[in-house]
Amino acid sequence: MKNGKLMVLPTVAWLSLFFVIPMLIVVAVSFASRTAYGQVVFNFTFANYARITESLYLSIFAQTFIVAVITTLFTIVMAYPLAYYIASLPKKWQQPGLILVMVPFWINFLIRSYAWVIILRTQGVLNTILMKLGLITIPMQFLYNDMAVLLGMIYSLLPFMVLPVYVSIEQLDRRLLEAASDLGASPFTAFRKVTLPLTMPGVAAGTILVFISSLGMFIVPDVMGGAKSALIGNVIQNQFLSARDWPFGSALSIVLAVMSLVLIILYYKAIQGQKGGKSQNA
Amino acid sequence: MPKTWRNHVLLAYSLAIIAFLYLPLVILAAYSFNASRVNAVWSGFTVDWYLSLFKNRRVLEALTNSLIIAFFSTIVSTILGTTAAIALNRYKFKYQNVINGLLYLPILIPEIVMGLSLLVLFSQAHFPLGKGTLVLAHITFCVSFVVITVNARLEGMKPEYEQAAMDLYATPWQTFRYITLPIAMPGIVAGALIAFTLSIDDFIISFFVAGPNSTTLPLYIYAMVKRGISPEINALSTLMMIVTVSLVIIAQILQPQHTSKKEE
Repeated sequence: MKNGKLMVLPTVAWLSLFFVIPMLIVVAVSFASRTAYGQVVFNFTFANYARITESLYLSIFAQTFIVAVITTLFTIVMAYPLAYYIASLPKKWQQPGLILVMVPFWINFLIRSYAWVIILRTQGVLNTILMKLGLITIPMQFLYNDMAVLLGMIYSLLPFMVLPVYVSIEQLDRRLLEAASDLGASPFTAFRKVTLPLTMPGVAAGTILVFISSLGMFIVPDVMGGAKSALIGNVIQNQFLSARDWPFGSALSIVLAVMSLVLIILYYKAIQGQKGGKSQNA
Repeated sequence: MPKTWRNHVLLAYSLAIIAFLYLPLVILAAYSFNASRVNAVWSGFTVDWYLSLFKNRRVLEALTNSLIIAFFSTIVSTILGTTAAIALNRYKFKYQNVINGLLYLPILIPEIVMGLSLLVLFSQAHFPLGKGTLVLAHITFCVSFVVITVNARLEGMKPEYEQAAMDLYATPWQTFRYITLPIAMPGIVAGALIAFTLSIDDFIISFFVAGPNSTTLPLYIYAMVKRGISPEINALSTLMMIVTVSLVIIAQILQPQHTSKKEE
């Protein structure tokens, strides 16, 4: 089919119209200003970007970054052994094991955050149990603070880390470990010198997924966080839906999108460097 | 034996993390059957909250909206995604990197950015927000997932079958209709199921592009969560979890196992 190539056109056209053009309009709006009624006026200005450098917004960016870093670290520590275990199972058990981990990933963040609200709220499951056991007499405030947000983020994003780490462990050439042990390496040394370095691409892929998702997250802080646990996603949501300052919201989301893109590009550069190295060895 | 000892620790750790992933969801589901409306004390088994859902006009309306939107987004995104995947798999493109970027960026970019960019587009184009804008938005974020799913299926398929058909004088259309399409079918069905699930389940993007009369189930749940806890939310969330999980498991079974394919 000579015309077969053209089959890609409808999708390219669709994504140009509903993905590329909207992004370009957002870029344009980020340089616009607004009227008192929230109307967008296109007069070229850097004011929205200048406003991001106000200490309030810088501190929210910093908070978002810190939450993203902590979330990523926790998901690595939690996901790696789990992925390692699944990869070491007999072949026929690996797929069910992986499905078991990935099922919660498909349930939306809203329902998963809400599940924690039921557990952590003052009249929730945890407080009820603790009081029944006589460990506390007054309900504790587990919810609506930064710790709750962190917990919700780690909980929501953990499956993002398991999958890529599993893939990299599963693809690991086991003969390398046998070789290491033949050469007298202890299992721990073999793990540290062979498994860990060779599975780093998986950890890097998971890091990108978790980090970018937590940068843009707004449901978890919205449902589980307090007044002070707003992340950049919440500020953007607020600019668009209540404050009606679209130009400023656009500038914030362009910064968010650029940060995400830079991370993705760095990741691909790193992966390509790795691939180059590998093909030379092969 | 140190090896089994290590395995036991690893197993315990893994089970603990699986428990961490599932416990909140199990508790949510369990409390949808709790007779008490206000607190977490178990006061008896009931299905009242489920029954009251089916009598709630707003829930039924949200369900209808969700199904209509998911239906149309699934059909369009499956057609777009499948044709694109087949073309990308069978032909070399000059601007392959640009096309790949276009296909994968919608997945990688934060959802909130995609949601608000569509809101800005629709408002600049004076396109009224409602079911129409929801369908357009859902198609946009579903397409890439369909491409990936169908592509995974095609990668595992040998081009020899198509070449054999051509050698036997099948026309390009016949080859496509009787060879490529049937082989790709499990991937297409899996892709459609994933698109349907993503659409039914989407909250973030819908949140930006929904209009006053186009509340979907996740948007309805959000509004209820914001108003406070109620056992009806537990019941509705539980139903949504069951639907999502069933669809995804069916899609998983239909999808090829990439890992074993590579080793063949």
